[in-house]
Amino acid sequence: MSGIIMPQPDSTILARAAQIVAALREVLPEDTVISDGNETRAYECDALTAYRCPPLAVVLPRSTAEVAAAMRICSEMGVPVVPRGAGTSLAGGALPTADCVVIGTARLRDVLEIDTDNRFMRVQTGVTNLSVSEVLAPHGFFYAPDPSSQLACTIAGNIAMNSGGAHCLKYGVTTNNLMGATVVLTSGEIVEFGGSQAGAAGLDLLGLLCGSEGQLGIVTEAVLRILPRPEGARPVLIGFDSAEVAGECVARIIRSGVLPVAIEYMDEPCLRAVENFAKAGYPDCPAVLIVEVEGSPDEIAVQIAHIREIADALNPVEFRESRNADDALAIWKGRKSAFGAMGRLGDYICLDGTVPVGQLPHTLRRIGELSKEHGLEVANVFHAGDGNMHPLILFNANEPGQLERAEAFGADILRLCVEVGGCLTGEHGVGIEKRDLMTAQYDPDDLAIQMEVKDVFDPAWLLNPAKVFPLDSSARYRQRAAE
Amino acid sequence: MITIIDQLAPTDEAELSELLTAASEDRQPLRILGGGTRTETKHIAGTPLDVSAISGIVTYEPGEMTLIARAGTPLPEIEAMLEAEGQSLAFEPPDLRGVLGGRGIPTIGGAIAANASGPRRIRTGACRDHLLGLRFVDGQGRILRNGGRVMKNVTGLDLSRLLCGSHGTLGILTEVAIKTLPHAQARATLGFHGTDELRALGIFSKALATPYEVSGAAFLDGTAWLRIEGLPPQVEYRQQRLLEMFGAHDIQTLDGAGTRELWRGLRDVTHFAGDLPLWRILVKPTDAPAATARLRDLGGRVSLDWGGGLIWYCGPGEASSLRQIAPHATLVRRGGVPGPAFPPEAAAITRLSQELRRRFDPAGILNPGLMDS
Repeated sequence: MSGIIMPQPDSTILARAAQIVAALREVLPEDTVISDGNETRAYECDALTAYRCPPLAVVLPRSTAEVAAAMRICSEMGVPVVPRGAGTSLAGGALPTADCVVIGTARLRDVLEIDTDNRFMRVQTGVTNLSVSEVLAPHGFFYAPDPSSQLACTIAGNIAMNSGGAHCLKYGVTTNNLMGATVVLTSGEIVEFGGSQAGAAGLDLLGLLCGSEGQLGIVTEAVLRILPRPEGARPVLIGFDSAEVAGECVARIIRSGVLPVAIEYMDEPCLRAVENFAKAGYPDCPAVLIVEVEGSPDEIAVQIAHIREIADALNPVEFRESRNADDALAIWKGRKSAFGAMGRLGDYICLDGTVPVGQLPHTLRRIGELSKEHGLEVANVFHAGDGNMHPLILFNANEPGQLERAEAFGADILRLCVEVGGCLTGEHGVGIEKRDLMTAQYDPDDLAIQMEVKDVFDPAWLLNPAKVFPLDSSARYRQRAAE
Repeated sequence: MITIIDQLAPTDEAELSELLTAASEDRQPLRILGGGTRTETKHIAGTPLDVSAISGIVTYEPGEMTLIARAGTPLPEIEAMLEAEGQSLAFEPPDLRGVLGGRGIPTIGGAIAANASGPRRIRTGACRDHLLGLRFVDGQGRILRNGGRVMKNVTGLDLSRLLCGSHGTLGILTEVAIKTLPHAQARATLGFHGTDELRALGIFSKALATPYEVSGAAFLDGTAWLRIEGLPPQVEYRQQRLLEMFGAHDIQTLDGAGTRELWRGLRDVTHFAGDLPLWRILVKPTDAPAATARLRDLGGRVSLDWGGGLIWYCGPGEASSLRQIAPHATLVRRGGVPGPAFPPEAAAITRLSQELRRRFDPAGILNPGLMDS
């Protein structure tokens, strides 16, 4: 077991487990409530698998009304609620506690409306990110945020974590593509934030909700902004003999006025792993950028010419254009298999700090030094255009003490990100993983006002407990709520 | 020691914090002034608090598309600085002085406090979508920070979005970090004359479903306008494709200079200068034709922006009649119309909003009543 501590379960709740399950069964269809120990085990963790704890019960509602009914019971009986999408959180955002009820969105699967004239769609939030874009494809539209877990992750989780993806340099993250939400509050009340019109005049509660990691309510339906599909897209691959020059190239591209949809970066350890695994034929050099642009064939040619001019001035080791779909796939092949390739090297922790783009070279250099100090290897593969880094720290989970060392190394990297003007997490969320580092980024008052906001939505502090806010900082609020 | 006088004008964040701490203890209501371009706050009962001196650029990094400025920095100063680097504020903050009769100079803080977004909202998003982080002082004088200066940041609750558009009722902005964008190297406009709202909506829906990145879709006085922007060859190509697509119409085209001038006017709603009541109404775009027909029956004029999603209505009418036609109607220029300027919200939303205000501003001193709750 390692460094992150969760509070002891409330024994008075555990003692009432049978009553709580019975109360839930009374208001919900039979197959909606899961309390058998063998079945609840399936919900004991998310993608941060080092931390596990089966919940008291799991509820899988089929409608907003059922979510509200479950929430009302939990609220009345004082039972913590952990909302869950597909459980792909890398930050422990969906980790249960022994005294909690997990409310999952897995059965909220309906696409309710596609309106291309008004450029939105309405879905239940248990639909997966990828299925949303698939259902839009025949209409010539797509939904922009595309986290790499898009095959599995749900819109509910995307909203809770304000997910990004490779294409946010141009299209923004979830908050920029979310128009409305149907929200179940802890009281069981159902409210609508935003809607199918652009914006609203009052306080931006929708903006507040997005990325709130299940601290404020459960989103059961969402209105998503949809975009017409581009005519085409084409990547180029640029190899450099130093991280600094690659970083400079990123800044110059952005400054030039061409706005690519994606600029991805891979460093040498990552390139080596990818080459062994996927044989993508990447150049043998310290840094590779993949830059993707969109448009008609002529528009793509113009933008690539611009990028080539910028890159040439920096003496790249290689500038590889894709002339057709196969070339494009080959360029993306290594990047897309990066996480799989790294997985073959052993266990890893994937970090998510963001730094100002100008600080990328310095940050990469410091990470290299920290790697030596901690005696653990690190590989870097990330969204360079927006400075969202994903250092992968390699370790051996079977060797006692290695996970703790990897976590300590990770914490140093995240503190470094904050030091250079960045933040702890760009798209994965705080969850439990970065909870205790929040004081590195925020002063006590900055955290206090966030906790006061949570207090407004969740006065009893039942929603997704012991996450996001350091336990010391939140103790005062939790105690007051318990009284 | 700060004494409460007729006009308060702190020069930095620390002074503002002291002043708000004192005002909070004394329960002294304040009417916050940035550039003083909005006259519609005059009815707020409170001592004027001029925060325009908290001004100046903190950092501008064109290669990171990042600007950090103190909230009182004049927008023209920011726009000129970005222009010199080939960038701009992509959300095109409208300058409503002509419409509201304000005489000051708009500030970046004012634009963000009002979530002021221009025609490009349909493509690149609203003001709030370009906000990376901020510093502000709440109603108790606490100096607070949220977000940061990087483009992807999900660390903690997103209070930046909450503060944006809160019109100073949750806190007074002191510093903002914004994402800038390369401004278009070329632009052009297509004008469809002799159309009505229904036909305009058809044009908008069709054009906005294309991949040609239409960055403006507005309707005024029988003409539907579409704006395209990008690299010069892109604009040429997109214009050609759109002209082919709408072949049946007699379409006027405007060059770069004409485009700039036209869209500046549409952005600033200069066509509705004057004293009559002016309403800003948000609708689902395809609801716009029916709504505008009913609005006209009230006796005023209408124009459309955001592909029909924003209706401007200038003319007579009771607030209740307006909101019966379209509930999301905000009174931008009173023109003698009494009652709340902001549209009523569902009871649960009102309760949450009021409770949030109480946490940020327990003494209720920040622009009390400006947002009507």
